[in-house]
Amino acid sequence: MKDLIILGAGPAGLGASVYASRYQIKHVILGEEVGGYLNEIHKIENYLGFEAISGMELGMKMKAHVESLGGTLKQETALKIEKIEGGFKVTTNKEEYQARSLLYAIGTSARKLNVEGEKEFLGKGVSYCATCDGPFFRNKKVVVVGGGNSAAMAALMLAEQSNNVTLVHRGKELSCSPNYFDRMKNSEWITIEYNKNIARVEGANVVERIILKDEKDEEIVVEANGIFVEIGSIPNQQMLVDLGVEINKNGFIVTDQAQLTSIEGIYAAGDITTNSNGFRQIITAAAEGAVAALEIFKRLK
Amino acid sequence: MALEFTDANFEEEVLKSEKPVLVDFWASWCGPCQMMSPVIDEVASEIGDVAKVGKLNVDENAESAQKYGVMSIPTIIMFKDGKNVKQLVGAQAKEVLVEELKNV
Repeated sequence: MKDLIILGAGPAGLGASVYASRYQIKHVILGEEVGGYLNEIHKIENYLGFEAISGMELGMKMKAHVESLGGTLKQETALKIEKIEGGFKVTTNKEEYQARSLLYAIGTSARKLNVEGEKEFLGKGVSYCATCDGPFFRNKKVVVVGGGNSAAMAALMLAEQSNNVTLVHRGKELSCSPNYFDRMKNSEWITIEYNKNIARVEGANVVERIILKDEKDEEIVVEANGIFVEIGSIPNQQMLVDLGVEINKNGFIVTDQAQLTSIEGIYAAGDITTNSNGFRQIITAAAEGAVAALEIFKRLK
Repeated sequence: MALEFTDANFEEEVLKSEKPVLVDFWASWCGPCQMMSPVIDEVASEIGDVAKVGKLNVDENAESAQKYGVMSIPTIIMFKDGKNVKQLVGAQAKEVLVEELKNV
């Protein structure tokens, strides 16, 4: 039996592994995707030590760091977690693993709009990853939905290759950081539509127009071939809920200062937790991973 | 190992193939595509001689990607007798791909 299974190979899981290796905690990292959500970030400008780096490159650097210290990464999908004598058993799509403790760091998934046409046009103009799909919309009109940093980053990235980007936000003020806001305001290619919701996505075979609704319920048609949905994320916590781990009203896993969940031996770190004051950043995810590793080390001793 | 498809060999290798063909449309800038890459290799070895399995880099082979309306990656298209018979958008599990490929 290992000391620790880390579920998730994003900054939280990889950050934990670096510390786990240094504390000589025998562990394995099980993750679907090295880097996790990092891979969808076009450019990172707020991670200490890197003025500007693509998410994927940072993920690769983190992986190399983990492996240089002896951490083992397995590209597998965890399907089930069970409590067993003296620890936990994780069943993946390939194997079974057992360990005395568990660190759950599998992050969040993109929130959907749930409007007409969204599902139908997935891959035909509807996208949840501007970094992945932006290049297909060179010189085309696009809409970005959302008001946070992810939406702002998507709009700025898309404006590098399209001269017609419309950011649609349901509120009267954006929640993105001021430097993103200034850059958007100064871009001649970005228009911001406030107080509007997406009513539906229309087209024949591909997306041709987006129908917005304003606060008076009147419809506005925006001609566009792409719509990038960046309206936040929902936590992937189902496996822990099945075990009875406490979550908050928004579905995030309740953790204490040492990243322990409500079940002894199960820790959580990164975007999925209630810690770091809900500030879901790379630096906070990596830090939560480190804190968890120290606590796990103390507990195993 | 999965094959490599290009604009140049697409007709010969994919459209004129006697067996069904799975094409994984990907690019180096796409994280979820990196995650799919080893999965596609596994599908290739698991399916054996029943079907062909390969990857197409959309950055280098824009013509094929455009022709089949790929606007999101990863996209996986299964071809039979030169026709697009199944199109899946986003990362997929190996089991799903093997099953779909057996049934096209």
